[in-house]
Amino acid sequence: MTVENKFVFKLYITGHTHTSERAIENLRRICKKEFDGNYHIVIIDVLECPQMAENEKILATPTLIKEVPPPCRRIIGDLSDEKQLLSKLNLSSPKSKEEV
Amino acid sequence: MSGFGKKNRMNEFEKLETKIEGFDLISYGGLPKGRTTLISGTAGSAKTIFASQFLAEGILKADEPGVFVTFEESPAEICKNMMGFDWDIRSWEENGKWAFVDATPSPEIETVYTENYDLGALLARIEYAIKKVNAKRVSIDSIGNIFTMLPESSNVRNELHRLSIAIKNMGVTAIMTAERTDEYGAIARYSVEEFVADNVIILRNVLEDEKRRRTIEILKFRGTFHQKGEFPFTVTPGKGIIIIPLSAMELKQKSSNIRISSGNKKLDDMCGGGFFRDSIVLVSGATGTGKTLTVTQFMAQGALSGNERSLLFAFEESREQLFRNATGWGIDFESLEDQGKIMVVCEYPESAGLEDHLIEMKRIIAEYKPTRIAVDSLSALERVSTLKSYREFVIGLTGFIKQKETVGLFTSTTPSLLGGTSITETHISTITDSIILLRYVEAYGEMRRGLTVLKMRGSMHDKEIREFSIDGEGMHIGKPFRNISGILSGNPTFVVQNELENLGNLFKNDDDINKIIPESERENI
Repeated sequence: MTVENKFVFKLYITGHTHTSERAIENLRRICKKEFDGNYHIVIIDVLECPQMAENEKILATPTLIKEVPPPCRRIIGDLSDEKQLLSKLNLSSPKSKEEV
Repeated sequence: MSGFGKKNRMNEFEKLETKIEGFDLISYGGLPKGRTTLISGTAGSAKTIFASQFLAEGILKADEPGVFVTFEESPAEICKNMMGFDWDIRSWEENGKWAFVDATPSPEIETVYTENYDLGALLARIEYAIKKVNAKRVSIDSIGNIFTMLPESSNVRNELHRLSIAIKNMGVTAIMTAERTDEYGAIARYSVEEFVADNVIILRNVLEDEKRRRTIEILKFRGTFHQKGEFPFTVTPGKGIIIIPLSAMELKQKSSNIRISSGNKKLDDMCGGGFFRDSIVLVSGATGTGKTLTVTQFMAQGALSGNERSLLFAFEESREQLFRNATGWGIDFESLEDQGKIMVVCEYPESAGLEDHLIEMKRIIAEYKPTRIAVDSLSALERVSTLKSYREFVIGLTGFIKQKETVGLFTSTTPSLLGGTSITETHISTITDSIILLRYVEAYGEMRRGLTVLKMRGSMHDKEIREFSIDGEGMHIGKPFRNISGILSGNPTFVVQNELENLGNLFKNDDDINKIIPESERENI
C-alpha cells in the first residue's frame, strides 16, 4: 500500500462530552473494521484549537472531514449510522465489495 | 475592560452608546448593555449595514473592538461592500480591532447532517474571536440562515437558544439580524424572536406611492425606555445609516428681536420693520406671482448688508435661469457668489429621496454657515415623497435652521392660479413665524397681483391686501385693494354701487398709507 491510498479522517469535537466520546468510538470502530489499519485519525477539540475550527469553518460538532482520498466530504453528527456514513463518505470498503 | 459576565448583568438599565447617528437619541442612550438585540427587517432593509455600522462606529468613535459573525455574505464581500461607507474593515482586522467568524456555507464541500450534533464549534469560534480582539460588540448576520443551513428539526431551535444564552454570558453587547417577510406582520421568519425576545428593533423599507421610505422602530427594550414609533432613516455613502429623530427634537430655539431687511423696503414696513433674525418665513403664491423675485431680493439684501452669507436651495430652476432672472432685476449673482456672499445650490427634487435631501442640505448649511437660507420652492419637494415623509422633512429642516438662528425664507407654489392653499402651507403654517401670500387678483378683465402679510409672529403687521407690480427693478408694492373682497379665496367680488364710484374707489386714498410707506417712496406707486 502506498501512502496516497491511506484514508485520513479529521474529527472535530467540542470538549469531552458524551456526543464527542460516542463519535470518536464510532469512528475508530468503523475504521478498524473497514480500512484495516490503512487509515489515520486526527481528533481536534475546538475548545483547544478554535483557530483550526475557524480556518475549516466548522459550525457544528462532531464534524468528520475526509479529504484524502478525494472528493472531500463532511459528515456532521455522532456517526452512529455506519451504513449511512460509508455511503455518504462515498467510500465502499474493500470488504463490502467482496461481499457483493 | 468591563469583563465578561456578572458585572454587566448587575447594571440592568445601563446602555451602550452605538454612536450611530440619531440612534442613541431615539433609544435614550443606545442598546441595552451586555444584552442581545434582534434587528429584524425584510430583504434590502439595511440589516447588514446596521450590523456592520454598529461595529464600525464602536471602533471609530468608542475604541471598542468588535466581532462580526456572518452567515450570509462572505467576509470578503462584506469588506468590499462596506468600503463604500469608508469603513476599512481589512485594516481593522490587521490591527486587531475587528474579527470575522465566517459561518457562511461552503457549497463546494458536500456536507451531510445526521443525528446528534450541536453548534459547539460555532460557539467556541465566537468566544475565541471575542477574546482575540477583546471585543465589546458582536454582530450576527443573519441568525435565520441557520435554519436554511441545518436540516429542519427541533434540534436547531434548542441550539439557537443555547447560542443566545452563551452570547449573553460572554458579556458583550450583541445584535442579531433576522429576516422577515412582511413589513407589517410577524416579527421575524422562523420566530427567532423567541430566542432574543428582550430587545427587538424593526427596520422597514416600505414602498408607498412608488417611493421607498426607510424607517426604524424600537419595538421593545425590556426593562428600559425608548422612543416609540417609526423614525425615518437614510443610508448615505461615506456615513452609513443616519436616523432622523424628528419627535426627539426639542423646541429650544432662542427668540431674537433683531430685524433684518427682506430686500424690499415696503415689505419690511408691512412686516412691522423686517423679518426677525431667527424666523421662518413662508411665501406662498401661484406660479409667476413673484416668489423667486422675493427670494432673489432677500438674497441680494443679505449680500449688500455686509457680513451676511446667503444660501439658496433651488429645486425649480437651474443656475443659469436663476442668474439670468437676477440679472434682469439688476442683481449680479455671479459676482456675489465669487465674493463668497451668496451660494446657490440647484438640485432636481427627484435626484434623491427626501431624507437624503435633508442630510445633504444640513451638511451644506453646516459647512457654509449662512445667515440667510432660502428654499425655492419647498413645495417642489412634495412630489418626490409621501405626505408623511414630506411633513417630517419640513419639520426636520425648519428645526435645524432655527437651531442655527438664521432666517429661513421658503416658497410654496399653490396649485391653483387664484386663491387656494397647498400641502406645504398646511404642514408648514404652524411652524412658520411669518406667512406672506402673493395672489393673482382678477379685476375688471385684468390680472393684477396682490400681496398680504397673513401672519407675523411676535409683531404688529399690515393687514391689508396690497397691489404690487414687477418691473426691471424688482417688486413695487402699492396701495391696498378696495371694494374687492374674496381675493384670498380666489373668488373676488366687487362691492360697488356703480361703475363711476367703483373706478374712483378701487384704490383707497387713505392717510394710513403714510405710516407704512414713507413719503420718499410714494412716487413709485
